[in-house]
Amino acid sequence: MAEDQVIVGLEVHCQLDTKSKLFCGCSTDYRDDGPNTHVCPVCLGLPGAMPSINKRSIEYAMKVAKALNCTVLHESEFSRKNYFYPDLDKAYQITQYDKPLAEGGYLEIESDEGGERRIQLTRIHVEEDPGRLVHMGNAERGKYSLVDYNRAGIPLIEIVSEPDMRSPKEARKFLNKLRATLEYLNVFDSDKEGSLRVDANISIKGNERVEVKNITSYKGVEKALTYEVTRQKNLIRRGQQIERETRHFIESTGITQSSRSKEQEHDYRYFPEPDLRPMQVQSWVDGIVLPELPDARRERFISQYGCSLNHARTLTGELKLANFFETVVAADPKELSALAATWIADTLIGELNYRGMSLDRVDAAGITELMGILRNGTITDKSGIEVLRVMLDQRLNNEPVETPAAIITRLNLGKTTGDNTAIISAIEEAITENPKALEDYRAGKGGALNFLVGQVMKKTRGKADPGELNRMLVEALKKREA
Amino acid sequence: MESHELTFEPDDRYNAFLAVCKKAPYGKGKLSGIAVAVKDNISTRGIETTCASKILKGYIPPYDAHAVELLRHAGAAIVGKTNMDEFGMGTTTENSAFGPTLNPCDTGRVPGGSSGGSAAAVAGNMVRMALGTDTGGSIRCPAAFCGIVGMKPTYGRVSRYGLIAYANSLEQIGPMARNVSDVSSLLQVIAGKDRHDSTTYDRPYTHTPVSGIKGLKIGLPQEYFGEGVDPRVAGVVKNAIGRLEELGATTVSCSIPSMKFALAAYYVTCACEASSNLARFDGVRYGPGADSKKSWHESFKEVRRAGFGAEVRRRIMLGTFALSSGYYGKYYAKAQVARENVKADFARIFSEVDLIAGPTMPSIAFKLGEKSDPLSMYLSDILTVPANLAGIPAISVPCGKVDTMPVGLQIMGRHFDDERVIDAAYAYEQAVN
Ligand SMILES: [Zn+2]
Repeated sequence: MAEDQVIVGLEVHCQLDTKSKLFCGCSTDYRDDGPNTHVCPVCLGLPGAMPSINKRSIEYAMKVAKALNCTVLHESEFSRKNYFYPDLDKAYQITQYDKPLAEGGYLEIESDEGGERRIQLTRIHVEEDPGRLVHMGNAERGKYSLVDYNRAGIPLIEIVSEPDMRSPKEARKFLNKLRATLEYLNVFDSDKEGSLRVDANISIKGNERVEVKNITSYKGVEKALTYEVTRQKNLIRRGQQIERETRHFIESTGITQSSRSKEQEHDYRYFPEPDLRPMQVQSWVDGIVLPELPDARRERFISQYGCSLNHARTLTGELKLANFFETVVAADPKELSALAATWIADTLIGELNYRGMSLDRVDAAGITELMGILRNGTITDKSGIEVLRVMLDQRLNNEPVETPAAIITRLNLGKTTGDNTAIISAIEEAITENPKALEDYRAGKGGALNFLVGQVMKKTRGKADPGELNRMLVEALKKREA
Repeated sequence: MESHELTFEPDDRYNAFLAVCKKAPYGKGKLSGIAVAVKDNISTRGIETTCASKILKGYIPPYDAHAVELLRHAGAAIVGKTNMDEFGMGTTTENSAFGPTLNPCDTGRVPGGSSGGSAAAVAGNMVRMALGTDTGGSIRCPAAFCGIVGMKPTYGRVSRYGLIAYANSLEQIGPMARNVSDVSSLLQVIAGKDRHDSTTYDRPYTHTPVSGIKGLKIGLPQEYFGEGVDPRVAGVVKNAIGRLEELGATTVSCSIPSMKFALAAYYVTCACEASSNLARFDGVRYGPGADSKKSWHESFKEVRRAGFGAEVRRRIMLGTFALSSGYYGKYYAKAQVARENVKADFARIFSEVDLIAGPTMPSIAFKLGEKSDPLSMYLSDILTVPANLAGIPAISVPCGKVDTMPVGLQIMGRHFDDERVIDAAYAYEQAVN
């Protein structure tokens, strides 16, 4: 281990995608509704109301525990974590303390050096989400704050890792892999705002560790940790001590900020929740049937579809993407798989990211058709990209959608094999308009040919087959020489 | 469903009620038209529920406690909310933010507590039945002091959903009435599993009391008749036990050595749980609002300082301290060990006897203001607290008088042996009446 080795451990809070809250019957589907509309005496913490455990939440949590190779404890119990905050209706959070649902386990990630690395887990426990504050100003001095208890009581699992990650990038990979696993288990919806929150512990070997709280996005984890690595290394370089502290990540600026020391002195006065009996659920584990998980699917993509390791990793890294790929190639896996793997993993993802567009809006049947056309070689790859872009833009802008074939016809993108007159005249035009290029070509300058190819491509709007065009151009140039 | 109305305008000379429903609706059922008073720490939809605390003044619950819902289903008329020690913390009903309740047997004395309002309402003939709650004797003590019958059911037999928690692991809602039959009828209505309270068991109570005590073996713990117990009270109770023997019961002396630590275990546990339960009263959601011009921390401190009475503040601070890191093991964890020892002692005794009997309270009702020292008040719970620590059923039935003041005979039974406890009390009651 190098002297300035980075050591990272994560505490990941994920909302479980159950229909009702952890301790009451209120619906969890609150995001489109007004504040305090999904509440009842229990999740408002009204005097006298009592929690009763939603069995489904525990089943979901146990699915995760099993998938992550954890040991479900024979007996686990809920405890109260006591602290005052207006978003916490009862002034305590029902969570698990010394008897969590499950302990141990691991998750495998692709290490920075390539290959798989096992990140050990400490524990998984179940707890309730607090409500949410909307500050009009700031919490202590602002005019006022509004409290929305719709979120209060949403089931969360907290997954705590050992400090096994060695870089911010590995932390990001851990999180991506964890997200994929939770999605495959169908217990988590990463699209829901605020469904994931991360606290990270980070240190440089031999120094105090710092806890970074309030990270609410996947990218944020890498950003916050990268910032911390730089900050801590700079301090060490200047001979300063790293202070053991809690820092908050500011998403908008990408920096971390020291929290007031008061917060570190919290004494949560944990004790067992007297309104709930201890849980003995270990026997449920055997009955849990796990679906195919990301690693298994990745291996299947390699063996079944002949995907490269990298393509298989990318395609199975998100449940939706993996499903999308399999839908696209379903009609003719033998013919379409290789082409679709490249087009989806490389091209489509890039185009979607560029547009900030979700995969949900892409029509798999259209992509299947496009793959078929590309497979038949009736359009060039370049035209293929153009067709794809049109397809995406039509969906994005809610315009009437066309089939790939219709787009090809409308834009006249079909390869001009057989009828070369358009290309021949384009070549003639290009040479005539660019005497300098002709001269350069004659002088043996290699770049001239490429330049002229580009000009012809422009004139034919990319529908000429590049190989064919090259041959014809060289022929035409030779003719002029003669 | 509640298509009828009961007019209820009691002459409340004892300050038993904090809220009165002059027109109390009721329906058909087992308790149709019977006036039932409900202790003010039990949530009643649409009726102010304050736990006799200023901090909940104006709080009108939007829901009924499960037990209240069952009462309404049985046709009972909920006629009002009764006075109590604030949040149940006390043995006299003097710790009410709205003035003490007086004992109908002697208005210079306390009715006991914390369910003193319910006891006075029953003893003063204002209602036939009442709900109380018992955390460390809060039903049995006022029953004994006011000369009525009061029962703490087995922990888990009656749903606590809607009972504003003071010490969750100890308390139960229970029936209070002038005779054992009414106590039994009320228990029939309120007992049973409730999906909202996962500490309840599927043990409905469908029993009708029968006076059969013949052949039963009753244990008499020496601690219940020794130091700290008024010999006159002990004498009256011994006579009552003599009657049970005449009815065919046999008695045997026994001992509960763990009682030495019972009070400490009880007060640590209830203070710890209370410190957490009462933390939610911050002026944000209900009760008198916080001063919004001040910062959140400042304003909630102010709300709590002004809203809680001295005894409540004392127990919150004690509990907060006992749960603090570094002290948890010394106090809370130790209290749970002591509690296990009490349970073990009862289990041992109950392997040889069917019931345990003794006085409910070590003395007759105190004079108003007599227990101004909290410690001496705590000590008077010594005979009732063990049943709460063990979770077993216990009843107090009037068994005579000392200085014209009533004395209660306490009968305890095995877990879920509420039926036998009621039968024994019924046998005694039938024999003396
Ligand atoms: Zn709810």
